[in-house]
Amino acid sequence: MADTSLIRRAVTARSQLFLILLVLAAILVPVLNLAVPAGSFFHLPSYAVSLFGKYLCYALLALSVDLIWGYCGILSLGHGAFFALGGYAMGMHLMREIGSRGVYGDPLLPDFMVFLNWQELPWFWHGFGSFPFAVLMALLVPGVLAFIFGWFAFRSRVTGVYLSIITQAMTYALMLAFFRNEMGFGGNNGLTDFKDVLGFNLQSDATRAGLFVVTAAALAGGYLLCRWVVGSKAGKVLVAVRDAESRTRFLGYKVEHYKLFVFTLSAMLAGIAGALYTPQVGIINPSEFSPANSIEIVVWVAVGGRGTLVGAVIGALIVNGAKTLFTGWFPEIWLFALGALFVVVTLFMPQGVLGLARGQGGLAEGAKRALAFLEQAGIKRKGTGS
Amino acid sequence: MKETRALLYLDDVTVSFDGFKAINGLSLFVEPGELRAVIGPNGAGKTTMMDIITGKTRPDSGKVLWKGEHDLTKLDEADAARLGVGRKFQKPTVFETHTVEDNLLLALKADRRVIPTLFARTRKDEQARIDAMLALIRLEARRADLAADLSHGQKQWLEIGMLLAQEPELLLVDEPAAGMTDDETMETAKLLRDIAGERSVIVVEHDMAFVRELDVKVSVLHEGSVLAEGSLDHVSADPRVIEVYLGR
Repeated sequence: MADTSLIRRAVTARSQLFLILLVLAAILVPVLNLAVPAGSFFHLPSYAVSLFGKYLCYALLALSVDLIWGYCGILSLGHGAFFALGGYAMGMHLMREIGSRGVYGDPLLPDFMVFLNWQELPWFWHGFGSFPFAVLMALLVPGVLAFIFGWFAFRSRVTGVYLSIITQAMTYALMLAFFRNEMGFGGNNGLTDFKDVLGFNLQSDATRAGLFVVTAAALAGGYLLCRWVVGSKAGKVLVAVRDAESRTRFLGYKVEHYKLFVFTLSAMLAGIAGALYTPQVGIINPSEFSPANSIEIVVWVAVGGRGTLVGAVIGALIVNGAKTLFTGWFPEIWLFALGALFVVVTLFMPQGVLGLARGQGGLAEGAKRALAFLEQAGIKRKGTGS
Repeated sequence: MKETRALLYLDDVTVSFDGFKAINGLSLFVEPGELRAVIGPNGAGKTTMMDIITGKTRPDSGKVLWKGEHDLTKLDEADAARLGVGRKFQKPTVFETHTVEDNLLLALKADRRVIPTLFARTRKDEQARIDAMLALIRLEARRADLAADLSHGQKQWLEIGMLLAQEPELLLVDEPAAGMTDDETMETAKLLRDIAGERSVIVVEHDMAFVRELDVKVSVLHEGSVLAEGSLDHVSADPRVIEVYLGR
């Protein structure tokens, strides 16, 4: 028998711990980079600031996937698309900010347009000279796409693996479209060579530290928003949909409206993550739309622990940290390691890292599952042998 | 203008799946407050009939009217539920990862739209209704436990509690006696008789002993339409019913 009041208290304690750690990171990372002299042992190199900033963007992206997958059972394998669209919206602003400092020195057209012999700015590039407009688009474009996509998918009651497949198709189609030069988003090179944002030089340490702090704040805000949603009565309806969709319908809830709401909200969070990603990484290109990227996000969430929010963040940090280290040490085996990680987590740690940390049966249960699995495999082998 | 004073009015309803007519010219009336038993052999169309009433399945032709004014064939499950149609599944279906109390909270009659639900707070009167329901279904001590931890029987009770909290005017109950002991069957029959009166109840059942215990008007379904209607003694004397159930 689970004592739920205990769980509830543990969740708030976990939220507080998470937010405290986030604030600490937002203070320590800039201080160790800017205030500690470069020779010191405690000095944090500038590339690490951007790297950690990128991790936090991924954490926000993972949070958005956990909101729909963990709490409403919508397994999106195309969330990378919303992230990339947010990234492109910000990238377009940063391109316009370059102005006449580009290689070709054209005051109006970005380099790639000059290169393609375009005479004027395409209509959809207008407005991106304004930073607030770009931020608005980073929210609205993913939001509107998710709304239209979800409107058709949820109204037609497309669920489970079929929904996952069409989300993959969506991000794949967008990738192919963005690869084309005629689309006007820089083709396969994407958007890059950014100079500054709001007048701050993107190469300077202070700007990078500032972006890190802004990203940490966005992650904290996104977390609090998600926590509020899942803690509300509507959040309980989302879990009800996940557990017994038809029962929820027969109680009078329009399941498709709830799904549409949470899917759109999630896409907008992913868009914000993308908008913060572009200036810190310095490039946005169509590979961000690749289906494999979207699948990787789901792996982060599964590793951290689905349906916990904090778990999604932990998973994103662990897997991406490991990716940075592994791809540095043995680049060839990273994909195998990632695949193995996903298999191990789904088979033996259904609650992810947080499930292990919770202790109650986490490890023991995992070991039991592992034994059962091996036993079964053994029997199967014997079966085929005889 | 109202065409009928019946709570539920089905007229010449037909629905086919891949050419097979699951419901074939079905007509049925249920009065407000009535308790009705629907029996019939497997494949008679009982479940499809419930799917049509609850908006899950759209009939190919025919009329399904709610209180003579709402056309149920144009509505979905959520709309039908909001009008006052409640449905009990054969297998108890509750929200396993929610607490017993939250299960009832979600079922409680309230605004079901997304945005109002997002900002909803549990009012005092709502809490009082939840407490009263917990007492009625004898799960007060388990209110903070997850529904997954309940026994099979307790889940049945919780689902009944959720349906009552929804305050439906018509309750559709699918084979409530399945898997029950004789005592529980009698108890359930008594419960359903108590529930009816304030609201209408349609019970779909196989178990003849249970239907006899209910002691109400019976509709016999066969090949998608009503074969006979009346008291159990009346219909069981009908030679066509005997043939369908025992014959060949």
